[in-house]
Amino acid sequence: MKKGPFDMGQIDIAWCPGCGNFGILTALKGALTELGVRPEKLVIASGIGQAAKTPHYVRTNVFNGLHGRAVPAATAIKAANPGLTVIAEGGDGDMYGEGGNHFIHAIRRNPDITVIVHNNMVYALTKGQASPTSSIGFKTPVQVRGVTEEPFNAIAVSVALNASFVARAFAGDHDQTKDIIKKAVSHRGFALVEILQPCVSFNKVNTYQWFKENTAYHEASYDPSDRFAAFKRATEAEKMLLGIFYVNPDKPCFEDTLPPYYKETTPLFKRRIDGEKLFGLIDSRRRV
Amino acid sequence: MKRVVEGSQAVAEAVRLARVGVISAYPITPQTHIVEFLSEYCANGSLKARFMRVESEHSALAALIGTASTGVRAFTATSGQGLALMHELLHWTSGARLPIVMAEVNRALAPGWNIWVDQTDSLAQRDTGWIQLYCENGQEVLDTVLQAYRLGELVNLPVMVVLDAFFLSHTYEPVDVPEQETVDSFLPPYEPKFQLDPKDPCAFGSLVTPNIYMEMRHSIAQAMDDALRCFPYIEDEFEKIFDRRYGTVEALYCDDADIILVTTGTITSTSRQVVNELRAEGEKVGLMKLKLFRPFPVHHVRSVLISAKKIAVIDRNFSFGAGGIFAQEIRAALCNEPGHPPVYGYIAGIGGRDVTTDVIGEIYRRTKNSEAPEAESIWMGLQEV
Repeated sequence: MKKGPFDMGQIDIAWCPGCGNFGILTALKGALTELGVRPEKLVIASGIGQAAKTPHYVRTNVFNGLHGRAVPAATAIKAANPGLTVIAEGGDGDMYGEGGNHFIHAIRRNPDITVIVHNNMVYALTKGQASPTSSIGFKTPVQVRGVTEEPFNAIAVSVALNASFVARAFAGDHDQTKDIIKKAVSHRGFALVEILQPCVSFNKVNTYQWFKENTAYHEASYDPSDRFAAFKRATEAEKMLLGIFYVNPDKPCFEDTLPPYYKETTPLFKRRIDGEKLFGLIDSRRRV
Repeated sequence: MKRVVEGSQAVAEAVRLARVGVISAYPITPQTHIVEFLSEYCANGSLKARFMRVESEHSALAALIGTASTGVRAFTATSGQGLALMHELLHWTSGARLPIVMAEVNRALAPGWNIWVDQTDSLAQRDTGWIQLYCENGQEVLDTVLQAYRLGELVNLPVMVVLDAFFLSHTYEPVDVPEQETVDSFLPPYEPKFQLDPKDPCAFGSLVTPNIYMEMRHSIAQAMDDALRCFPYIEDEFEKIFDRRYGTVEALYCDDADIILVTTGTITSTSRQVVNELRAEGEKVGLMKLKLFRPFPVHHVRSVLISAKKIAVIDRNFSFGAGGIFAQEIRAALCNEPGHPPVYGYIAGIGGRDVTTDVIGEIYRRTKNSEAPEAESIWMGLQEV
């Protein structure tokens, strides 16, 4: 197979055989290649979890930070250098659990980043406890009698918060997932791509077969500009729907609202501080 | 009854025997087994406790602060990053005088990501007002959790029971798991000195002005002194029932020792072997194991160490810009004693590197063969990079 620009070559990958992450990794690299993103112009930020290992296997710039904290790092990377393509990637526990507060406030802030959330409905790194998206009744060595809490519905939350791009994909569908990632990365503003993904080792309920039976794509005529329709589909559909739920292209991006970018677009790191001007400003405000 | 259990299970058995009312924790390697065992006990009814599932370690301790405020015995367990995330609430727990017990599995802090043993996580929390007890083996873990509830509830302070990642948390050993009635005779039901009670309404956590805040802090300091004073009495009672005791420090061959090694955690077990072998060769070496770190048993440490010629402290931790943390504390404990022995600080086993008998033997020889410490901290086994 021809080596693509994001391929690492021969590396050890620490995922189980059959893990849904492999499909997501392939779709991600394919999407970035087809978009013509250059590896040196891309940063993938991640936190902790099996999904958060994904950027280790992509030939590009990587920031691997604390559990749940990929989104604030990605937001700031984009703000410091808007010329970069910035992706935050992690799992349901990382992004919706420990990182839940960041997730909500990043949607409000609307940085031009893509947030890819692998949703396997289980904590796989710590070997099989319930995650924020585990179904009610899901049994684990910690939730011995089954989960009692309502699963976190990230699609509904994102639509409710008027996120600028909201989509869901399935790791088993390579072409559609790649296409959705391409649209999300191309979109200007906060873009959520939740990717449903089986965990072959620790989730014996939500299997490939289960996802096949319990998901369906939006019909071609569906209009993703209708927020109320999107919310209804996120909350009321019998099956978990796949595809683009909602797009709002009119929201200003976080970077655009930052004063340093009012007059010029040069990234912060390329600018030199005009000391004289700065000290002049300080002096002008001095009161004797 | 003696059973072969993992260190994590020794913690869980003790929590079951302590009849804890509420447990809240968030999974993190290498602590996860503790909460998995406890979940099972809650589900099969062998422990009548509520297990609260939360979204982070910060939430876990916050939940227990609520629990303990209502006068219920509470437990959590964490490790490394999880403990760091709890930091704000660690101060809260002691400030609110809530005797929550935590099992803390020592794990190295990121970056670089590392799940293996390193004591810097718990030692970085030394100023939070938590009592800290370090354990050497599975039996000590079980016993210390039981003692922790007695001690914490007596002085109204939270207690951290600290054990090494993997070397202790994931190692199977024979452990005497006592009968419930036996434990009940040592650890009575928790009788809170204050609690949120609809029949007797009160408010916790209000603004405290400078004219009383200082006195509140002083009362925590006094409670720490009380803990130090009372721990031996609690151990007396423990010994009567279980025929085991540990001491705030344990001194082995220290009376006539020229050089005393100071250790904590599982390094102590390895050091016992080294010290026994060196003694057999006629070396005048002793070993002091430090169990109680907060409150720091200054007088015990001083009385054990003062007559030696040299002290060698093994730290599996580091305070950047200062040195090994146990070594610093031991220097501070000795500094006002005229003619005190020099303290050699050795850094070993950081981030899970093995501290073998060879490493400990080398520490002994280096201490013996040098007139004065070569440096404040001597890093053992550093590779050229």
